[in-house]
Amino acid sequence: MRFMLMQNYGSVESDCPPMSQWTPEEIKAHIDFQHALNAELLERGELVDAQGLTGPELAKFVVSDGVSAPVITDGPFPESKELLAGYRIVDVETAERALEIAAWASAAPGVNGVPIRQWIEVREVMSAPDPEV
Amino acid sequence: MTTSAGTEGLLRELAPRVLGAVVRRYGHFADAEDAVQEALLAAATTWPADGKPDDPLAWLIRVASRRMADSYRRDDARRRREDLAFSWSLTQPEPVPAHDDTLILMLMCCHPSLTPASAIPLTLRAVGGLSTREIAAAFLVPEATMAQRISRAKARIKASDEPFALPPPGTGGERLRSVLHVLYLIFNEGYAASSGPDLARTDLSGEAIRLARDIHAALPGDAEVTGLLALMLLTDARRPARTRADGELVPLAEQDRALWDRRLVAEGVALITEALRRGQVGEYQLQAAVAAVHDQAAGHASTDWAEILALYGLLERMTGNPMVTLNRAVAAAMAHGPAAGLALLDGLGDRLGDHHRLHSVRAHLLELAGDTRAAAGEFQAAAARTTNVREQHYLTMKAARLSADSLRPGNTEGAGSG
Repeated sequence: MRFMLMQNYGSVESDCPPMSQWTPEEIKAHIDFQHALNAELLERGELVDAQGLTGPELAKFVVSDGVSAPVITDGPFPESKELLAGYRIVDVETAERALEIAAWASAAPGVNGVPIRQWIEVREVMSAPDPEV
Repeated sequence: MTTSAGTEGLLRELAPRVLGAVVRRYGHFADAEDAVQEALLAAATTWPADGKPDDPLAWLIRVASRRMADSYRRDDARRRREDLAFSWSLTQPEPVPAHDDTLILMLMCCHPSLTPASAIPLTLRAVGGLSTREIAAAFLVPEATMAQRISRAKARIKASDEPFALPPPGTGGERLRSVLHVLYLIFNEGYAASSGPDLARTDLSGEAIRLARDIHAALPGDAEVTGLLALMLLTDARRPARTRADGELVPLAEQDRALWDRRLVAEGVALITEALRRGQVGEYQLQAAVAAVHDQAAGHASTDWAEILALYGLLERMTGNPMVTLNRAVAAAMAHGPAAGLALLDGLGDRLGDHHRLHSVRAHLLELAGDTRAAAGEFQAAAARTTNVREQHYLTMKAARLSADSLRPGNTEGAGSG
């Protein structure tokens, strides 16, 4: 079963300030945590992909009717906290395991090493139809 | 696994010679490339187990030719059967030096109808002898996607009906420029990704250097070819010092120069010295000259920044590229103080827009000038705009370190950065 675990900007449950106000040691601990999590998932044969996206400053929105020139909107966006910041795709035996990984990711360390309690959106990826059906 | 690693190296080395021989015999670059790829796969699977044939080149040419004949037999097109009947009579491949095959094939792969994004994987497969799987892994895309990108590129070359030969006189220079550009891009792709979590990726920098060596062997008198090879070697020499054990980037100023590969530096310096003596100065030679000045300096501060400033001045006049102006600003700051560098950045925003490099260079120069608070803000802005995750970590850390410094009481005058 494949799941996509997504995290947005700013959607943390703790009162942790944005990373721009952290100390270098706190940032390093956070990055090391992410690397260690990916390494563990890779080692267990569960990691499919893990990517961070470029910041909201570079985001664009596109809409088109397929005929006339598309409308392209540049940032800054008032709701940039709702934009996707990064994701992991994991291939796991059970849905419980996907939730377990999400919980682990959510508890990434922030200021003073306190878990930031980031919200992680967990979505199962659609699979190919069952050959029996 | 030394046997299979040895086989892999040999196959990559022989790939352009096999393809050169098969295309010269039968024509049809696109079909020949498929046949050679199958022959290479067959060798990769059978040689480690059964042992290497006495004449590996002849073995590969024979197998590729057989594959080609098989696929034509399945094909209805009469024209093709006739082509093949004719070509069977030409049995002996002409004795052509190996590096000439590499050059001709690279000129074909860097066809004017192809963008660099299509020419790069085609070059790596047809000339570099890499498998589609390896190339896909190097560029982090699914194998099927990469296979499709390569076959579409071949279809475009096929549609253009280009003969397998050196380009017509008068067009060769421009085509060679594309070849060098493609090699430069392959090198940079590998250099940006090397180390850390991407260790499993194919060593693209190494492949680019290998192909550049072949092109240099085919065209020893071309100063820009020599310049590009020198640039790659002088850059690659610093690779061991460029990342920490945890994969984080180490900027040039902080690198442990004892880790630099002195053998590569010596080779690169000799090449660029020889190229510049010919007096046909070009972009790659100037970039290599800058790299040579860095590689020969005992430390960042004792680098001959006046020389680098002059070289970037020449490069800027030659290319008009605003990215070069950014580099010149750094050199100006190191040679004449941060104010001189910052002055060069004025007005660049109009040409570079909100580019992360403009922010990061301004940040470095503000830090040099002791304006810690403004520097932290610019590092933050650069981090928000970069597309490279390692660089983003580095810039975020710089911003955090400077913010911490600027908050410390009595430290508003600018911390010495040692």
